Amino acid sequence: MTKVKNRIIELKNAVIRFAGDSGDGMQLTGSLFSDSTAFAGNDFATFPDYPAEIRAPQGTVAGVSGFQIHFGSNDIHTSGDVADVLVAMNPASLKANMNWITEDAIIIVDSDAFNEKNIEKAGYEQNPLTDGSLNGHILLSGPISSMTKSAVSELDIDNKSAQKSKNMFALGMILYMFNRSYEEIFSFFETKFASKPIIVKANKLVLEAGYNYADTIESFVNTFKVEPAPLVKGQYRNVTGNLATSWGLLAAAERSGLNLFCGSYPITPATEILQELSKHKQFTAISLQAEDEIAGIVSTIGASFAGALPVTTTSGPGLSLKSEALGLAVITELPLVVVDVQRGGPSTGLPTKSEQSDLMQVLFGRNGEAPVITIAASSPSDCFYSAYEAAKLTLEHMTPVVLLTDGSLANGSEVFKIPNVKDLPEIIPPLVKANDPDFQPYSRDEKKLSRPWAVPGTKGLRHRIGGLEKENITGNVSHDTENHELMCKIREEKVERVANYIDDQDVFGDENADTLVVSWGGTHGVMLTAVEQLLTEGHSIAFAHFKYIKPLPKNTEEILSKYKKILVCEINLGQFVNYLRMRMPQFSYQQYNKIQGLPFTVSELKKEFIALINK
Amino acid sequence: MENIIDTSKLELTKKDFESDQMVKWCPGCGDHAILKSVESVFPELGIEKDDFVVVSGIGCSSRFPYYMNTYGIHGIHGRAAALATGIKLANPKLSVWMITGDGDSMAIGGNHFIHVARRNPDVNILLFNNKIYGLTKGQYSPTTPKGSKTKTSPQGSFEIPFNPGELVMGAKGKFFARVVDTNIKMMTEVFAEAAKHKGTSIVEILANCVIFNNKIHGLITSRETKDENQIFLEAGKPMKFGKDNEKGIILNGSQLEVVTLGENGITEDDLLVHNPTIEDSGIHIMLANMAPPEFPAALGVIRSVKAPTLEESVWESVEHEKEVSPYKNVDDLLRSGSTWNID
Repeated sequence: MTKVKNRIIELKNAVIRFAGDSGDGMQLTGSLFSDSTAFAGNDFATFPDYPAEIRAPQGTVAGVSGFQIHFGSNDIHTSGDVADVLVAMNPASLKANMNWITEDAIIIVDSDAFNEKNIEKAGYEQNPLTDGSLNGHILLSGPISSMTKSAVSELDIDNKSAQKSKNMFALGMILYMFNRSYEEIFSFFETKFASKPIIVKANKLVLEAGYNYADTIESFVNTFKVEPAPLVKGQYRNVTGNLATSWGLLAAAERSGLNLFCGSYPITPATEILQELSKHKQFTAISLQAEDEIAGIVSTIGASFAGALPVTTTSGPGLSLKSEALGLAVITELPLVVVDVQRGGPSTGLPTKSEQSDLMQVLFGRNGEAPVITIAASSPSDCFYSAYEAAKLTLEHMTPVVLLTDGSLANGSEVFKIPNVKDLPEIIPPLVKANDPDFQPYSRDEKKLSRPWAVPGTKGLRHRIGGLEKENITGNVSHDTENHELMCKIREEKVERVANYIDDQDVFGDENADTLVVSWGGTHGVMLTAVEQLLTEGHSIAFAHFKYIKPLPKNTEEILSKYKKILVCEINLGQFVNYLRMRMPQFSYQQYNKIQGLPFTVSELKKEFIALINK
Repeated sequence: MENIIDTSKLELTKKDFESDQMVKWCPGCGDHAILKSVESVFPELGIEKDDFVVVSGIGCSSRFPYYMNTYGIHGIHGRAAALATGIKLANPKLSVWMITGDGDSMAIGGNHFIHVARRNPDVNILLFNNKIYGLTKGQYSPTTPKGSKTKTSPQGSFEIPFNPGELVMGAKGKFFARVVDTNIKMMTEVFAEAAKHKGTSIVEILANCVIFNNKIHGLITSRETKDENQIFLEAGKPMKFGKDNEKGIILNGSQLEVVTLGENGITEDDLLVHNPTIEDSGIHIMLANMAPPEFPAALGVIRSVKAPTLEESVWESVEHEKEVSPYKNVDDLLRSGSTWNID
């Protein structure tokens, strides 16, 4: 689907992967190229892939850090299956990524880094640049390190510092290859290194040298261009899922008129949310880095009792530690948002890799009957809206909400159309006015079954809550057996009635198809891309992606009843599918699961879907 | 502070804080007297009755919030300190009282306990130390003396106990006091001191569990032996005790020593004068560690050092950021950094 225009080939979309040693600055290179892509008007999505260790042994495959960007003139929903262009700064990064590039990918390497020592460290027996193993690929091998050194020879800078800019040499080459300008990146250098003019100069010289080198060498017979995407009018930015989650929560605090409180403990890959919220005291966002996961959630419950918008953030192992306290929030019927950025488990598992394996823990992982509203974000920018809605639901329904995101959403980024806070739905918490003569701590809203929120310090509403079972209406401690059953049912029903306040489930694609593919959470982009491609190719398929898990949307049963074949796809061993089997056993479900710490690829999903369609 | 207003105008009495719920502690339990003392102190503090919050964890003592007519939250085992910290940070105007026991705060909640002491939010902690697990019916706790026979230490406990005061000071705590549950007047006075102290104030109450650990503090509290085995420390006064105040505490080299006035030429001038405000906790730790039969147990305010509270620091930062931040609202934030327009 390409057409030759002089020597500029127009592409609909492209995937580039920057890879190097974890100290090589590949994340920065990737994010600068993302900025450039934004200015070029493309839609895009990115994903960083970095090791769990901060600095794994240099030159080894374990120490490879990568950043992938998928950009295009069409809607982009994923960071791409495999890369069309790989930048490999050393042998290990070449080795680590060979399975993640197209068969005819362009590979740019720093030939200076391919010495005997590095080749051996990477686990190669021979030099891969010369042994023929890269045949079929377009190899652009240049002495990037030495050219970087000569580019800054006129500056008073030592070689070690100079080598820190070699990533900019590679970036310069890529910018040339995609017919991009580099002014925006120069202005970034000027801001970022404002106090170190020599570093600004060095980075500029090296980037220009890379750009000019690409222009000069004959290897670049073709360059590429990706036209702007037809995005709707508006202001845009790039966001990661964790940033979007933080901002969605801040927007909810502003819109509800409450102060935000976040008590959390650092844990990969959720930490950035606590870090981001702690920056914004100007919005009266109070954050506490607690002594442990338990104190994180419990201090937040305290703040909730005291009238704040309460947020605690964590990942799987942390959620396990928070279980008992989450039950306290359920029985005290206080608002609480728990953000669970899922990662590979069990136990410490794969901290920097993504999984959807906390769903059953969220739904059932507590003592007693302890239902929580459970929703899942579907993309980095959707994290903003999901976090906002989590806050709205918990405040208006007076029961905890768990928002599930995952490592790939948290660290992945995409283009985000910036909303106006005033256009977001209203949030009206059920706060009780001072001296309300009818106040009872556990009286019920007729429709929602929520109880009123009487905040300490309000005149005339003194009352006690706690972990012991309470009598409905009065809130007095009660060991009455029938009251306990009533309260268990009310707490469950309260969560189920949220279905009256959320969107119905929608179905994408061919509603008359036999085959429905189902997913939830962070797999939305890759699922949608696979389904879109199959529809374009003439297949008949329908797609339902669930954001609301507990309660399920009201029309879930009606939707599932329409299809002969239902395939539920998840990055776990089948948690949502088993939940559906439990809730709606009348349907027959098939499942597709993968649990390798990696996202689905479009191609594997298409293969699976076609097989099912033809069955 | 807005909540400190003229007491006389409030006209609160003990009755304002009494709840209508049945108090279900065992007859003879020390907790009854502690409840009475707290009910007596609250009306005297010049704080509106709607501004008190009583927080607890789990255990006999932790039922306390249900027995007070204030805002209250009965939490989960060991975590009251985290609840209290969250409440105080969210609304610094509230007068936050945390009720806990030796199981709740020295064992399962040990981590939160040391961190609340370190962070110094203005929270008043009443630690009921009966040196036993009461609600689970008689197992040893982290303050149970080594060798004690309990249901889970039938051969005698093998473990070295914590001294709560020493732990508080090791955790950089700024206020530590100790009282006995047999002296309502002493409790009332010391609770008032704790309330006035800005920062985390921890009061250890030597409490009697009449069922599972009766008279564990008997030497210190019983009428016959208390004069010889307790010393009430007062700021600026020499450390004297005994039936006729004939004994005292001196610092001999680097160690405390009990002396008798008039013996070996010892006069009142030789006695240590109590200074709860010294920053260095060395002497306060030694005082907190004094125990019968060698020493009298130290009662009263042992340590009271001024320091900024957590919520003051946090809320000052909030005010400062409001002044200097380039973001006046979330719309500004969403549009910060690198953005672009599609027309």
